[in-house]
Amino acid sequence: MSDIRQDVIRQKVQDLNDDGVDRRGFLKCMAWAGAGLVWTMSGGVPVSRAIATGGGHARDGSGGGDFSFVQISDSHMGFNKPANPDVAATLQVAVDKINGLPNQPDFLLHTGDISHLSRAEQFDTVDQILKGAKAKDVFFVPGEHDVLDDNGKSYLERYGKDARRGGWYSFDHKGVHFIGLVNVVDLKAGGLGSLGGEQLKWMEKDVKHRKHSTPIVIFAHIPLWSVYPEWGWGTEDSAQALACVKKFGSVTVLNGHIHQIMQKVEGNVTFHTAMSTAFPQPQPGKSDSPGPMKVPAEQLRSLLGITQVNTIRGKHALAVVDSTLG
Amino acid sequence: MRSWWVGSLAAAVMIAMLFFAGSMRVRAENDGVNNHNDQAAATAADVRIDNFSFAPQTLTVAAGTTITWTNRDDIPHSVVSTDGVFKSKVRDTDEKFSYTFAKAGVYPYYCSIHPKMTGKVVVQ
Repeated sequence: MSDIRQDVIRQKVQDLNDDGVDRRGFLKCMAWAGAGLVWTMSGGVPVSRAIATGGGHARDGSGGGDFSFVQISDSHMGFNKPANPDVAATLQVAVDKINGLPNQPDFLLHTGDISHLSRAEQFDTVDQILKGAKAKDVFFVPGEHDVLDDNGKSYLERYGKDARRGGWYSFDHKGVHFIGLVNVVDLKAGGLGSLGGEQLKWMEKDVKHRKHSTPIVIFAHIPLWSVYPEWGWGTEDSAQALACVKKFGSVTVLNGHIHQIMQKVEGNVTFHTAMSTAFPQPQPGKSDSPGPMKVPAEQLRSLLGITQVNTIRGKHALAVVDSTLG
Repeated sequence: MRSWWVGSLAAAVMIAMLFFAGSMRVRAENDGVNNHNDQAAATAADVRIDNFSFAPQTLTVAAGTTITWTNRDDIPHSVVSTDGVFKSKVRDTDEKFSYTFAKAGVYPYYCSIHPKMTGKVVVQ
């Protein structure tokens, strides 16, 4: 499984069309992954271009789309071990970076593991730091670290007031339909992330009467594709969720959990995982366990980051841009 | 006459011991995390949580054994019986959970946060 990245690259290369990026050029882009990459969805076909660190503009100007939003993930507030004894500081750097983006996001998405141990003071700290973002709206989904011991009760009291009973919800923004899913509760022994029947039924109804041309963005903590099941990096009933959105021309799935960038394209669905703002995790199978990677202090920020997504009305195109914190 | 006295004394002591053992067992089950000190005379065994796994993954013990799990990872874990027999709170680095297994049987368990992590206690 250590070749998974190569497999992803290969699949991606096959999906590329006339964007002027050949295989060699594309692999060069992948080498850039830590510094920033743009994925532009055009009629469901992804196009990749390297970007300058810190910039939000692609070469074709897609950075100036109708609106953008930023995904942050895995802030793990309360974690204090190597390689990051100060996760509040790196979250603050992420917020500063977001505030410095030339193309300001309309809102932020947080794809879970807000806290490390589900403690009120950890959620408080994150809320306080995120208040410093120019973008005032933040949408959350929980990670498994946010629903410890009380099965998500305190998470839902704080973040789930407008959500369904289980914490999932959807909303529309400038023609794009966003669906926030919960796949970290009631996990079964030996299993993976799980959405459950009630949530899947809701999702089916939620998208049923929407036009096929509506761009869909699904966000959830654990990847909704099989990244590395041996480490639990997948969701057992994700195929059923994806079946619900089969008819749509543009589906973007944004996840966290694995603390590193991974991408995959299947038909009209682009899967993307974000970096953490707290600590990196090893590549699948490259370590004895998925525990935090211990890296030299000067390297840490180059392995943490944020993800900006730009949308272009009428083109059904989303450009996904990752940039590191340092 | 003398042998009758010895016999009844022995019986009384045995009955007292049985009651005592029984009450200890009930206490151990009710106390959950903090029961291991009460069981100093009973057998004890350890499971180490390290690198997202339980070691040993299968542990065979005699009835009455107290097992203590210690989390040696940088990430919190939990110890949860698949059949609902026992359930720890989330254990952060170096935190422990103990449970005394009174009855023979097979007790599969897992980490409810990382359900790929599974283990088994066999009580004989």
